[in-house]
Amino acid sequence: MIRKILTATLLVAMPVMALAQPVPLGAIEVMSGPNAAYGTAIKAGLELALDEVNTKGVLGGRKIELIVEDSAANKDQAINAARKLIGRDKVVAIIGPTLSNEMFAVGPVTNERKVPTLGTSTTASGITDIGPFIFRTSLPESDVVPVTIKAAQAKGVKTVALMYANDDAFSKSGFDVMKAAAEKAGLNILAIESFGSKDADFSAQLTKIKALKPDAVGISALVEPVAGVLLQAKQLGFGKQTLFFGGNGSNSPKLGEIAGAAADGMMVGSPWFVGKTADNNAAFVSAFNARFGKMPDQFAAQAYDAMKIMAGAIDRAGSTEGEKIAASLSKTDFTGVMGPFQFTEHRDPATAAGVVVLVMQSGKFTIAP
Amino acid sequence: MLAQQLVNGVLLGATYSLFALGFTLMFGVLRVINLTYGFYFSAGAFVALWLTKQMGLGIWLALPLGAVAAGVVAVAIDWLLLTRLRWRPTAELDSLMVTLGGVLALYSVMTAWLGPDIRRLPPGLISADALVWGGLRVTMAQLLILGATIVLVSALLALMRFTRLGLAIRAMAEKPDAAGLMGINTARTSALVSFLSGCLAGAGGVLIGLNFNAIQPYMGESMMLRGFVVIIVGGLGDIRGALIAGLALGVIEVLTAGYVASGLKEAVSFAILVAVLWTRPQGLFGRAVVRRA
Repeated sequence: MIRKILTATLLVAMPVMALAQPVPLGAIEVMSGPNAAYGTAIKAGLELALDEVNTKGVLGGRKIELIVEDSAANKDQAINAARKLIGRDKVVAIIGPTLSNEMFAVGPVTNERKVPTLGTSTTASGITDIGPFIFRTSLPESDVVPVTIKAAQAKGVKTVALMYANDDAFSKSGFDVMKAAAEKAGLNILAIESFGSKDADFSAQLTKIKALKPDAVGISALVEPVAGVLLQAKQLGFGKQTLFFGGNGSNSPKLGEIAGAAADGMMVGSPWFVGKTADNNAAFVSAFNARFGKMPDQFAAQAYDAMKIMAGAIDRAGSTEGEKIAASLSKTDFTGVMGPFQFTEHRDPATAAGVVVLVMQSGKFTIAP
Repeated sequence: MLAQQLVNGVLLGATYSLFALGFTLMFGVLRVINLTYGFYFSAGAFVALWLTKQMGLGIWLALPLGAVAAGVVAVAIDWLLLTRLRWRPTAELDSLMVTLGGVLALYSVMTAWLGPDIRRLPPGLISADALVWGGLRVTMAQLLILGATIVLVSALLALMRFTRLGLAIRAMAEKPDAAGLMGINTARTSALVSFLSGCLAGAGGVLIGLNFNAIQPYMGESMMLRGFVVIIVGGLGDIRGALIAGLALGVIEVLTAGYVASGLKEAVSFAILVAVLWTRPQGLFGRAVVRRA
């Protein structure tokens, strides 16, 4: 009799315990080193969305516990972080890593362990080719850059010089896309120059480009070197007749903060913009600003949506099994601050409808006229 | 275009020389490979950033104050990390490992404290207009770096040659034990060299931060690699060597990027480093000037 009561109590208690137990979710982001700005923004976006998700919880009221690991922009450290998250923390899925470079290292590991992995900022081509458990919510550059180049052509650009950071997968793949898009658009490419992403001096490359007098200069790199290029271009006497445009890396308010007036006129295509006029976007921007005391950037917005997409997928999966979450992720139909979102069969974002072309004016991005 | 590229090269080279001055001084005298040097560079830039942004000082006050602050930081950190090692027979290797660990810890703490963002000194601090002369363009910040490098090299050489402190430093560089026996306060002289070298790093950080507008905790780290090339090619402890090697490195890098391929810029500098170590490990210009001057 007593045994029966005990068993009955256990049977009743077990679902309650499962209810109370949080669902561990991992994130691997660059939290230290020169690229930490991206990881910091992403973490903020994830946390903001997490608070909203956890008011209701997933799988019938279980909270999501977010465990953020620092990759320090280092592939080995990113792999170790993934192993730790999967092995010790038993995470059901992983958001990140921040850089495409890191995803190419981490993706094969998580894919083999069948842990759904959702990149929020990995825009290089070939990311989702890693395997069926690798997803991304970030629009690949190949969807965004052609929109920018079209806007440049509308301003009369016919010849172009391209510059890119040659030591970073994101910048190199962005350059490949930019070159292909420029060729497809019929632009005449006069020169291609590279630099290192930690370089501070670009005078040799810019002097060479200036002598060729291109209508426009396209730059594929992270925001810090892009700001350096623009500042030095100004020093070397590039005038308003040369239009500068950039890839996804240039799309950060930091560009205006660092380069100031030297960045004026810079054109960038963006999957998201802080001044986008949609109700949910305005609410997100003010909530972010209230909590972190600064404006969100594109990376924070992408992360914010990604957390909600992931939480939705876990909830709909009705399970914490990787295969079920992956299946549920691929059926996502969501409208977030980035706009309407679905995955393609290949686990990439399905639409580029939300892309806006922005222009720098007095150190701030505005929507191009 | 060649003329402008040569100007670009000399100006870039001046930043390398400026950075390497204190580094080579520290090595020549203290015989320790001090990797925390890059941190003093970052520290100087951040102090100047704070002085100009928060306290509203101009560059002519922020520059010396930033330099002195970096010097004080250098004395404290060197004392903490290196005092125990200085008399060990394997001091050079030990100091390399200790300061490698130390500098990574310092950069991380600085990033955690101040954030990883790139900042810049206030735009109006120095005129951003370029001086144009027959198609050549040079900015005020670049001229300031070139001028500061020349002044600092001359001042250092004069200090080494004509002052009692210089004599003490040279004696210590030659034979620390004998210098101590001759009544030179070696602990105080070491601290002074740390201070001088920290000041040079700090001044470099302020000026280079002013020119490239990229102040962030890890800014010293990327300069250290170039700093190594300069002090090895110029000769460890050789002040004039650092000046010449820095300028040469800048010109070679710019010409490589401008006329060969921009992707090979770094490959060339490090190939030179390897070639010099193979053929003239004492540096292109012979023995250490700190010891000889």
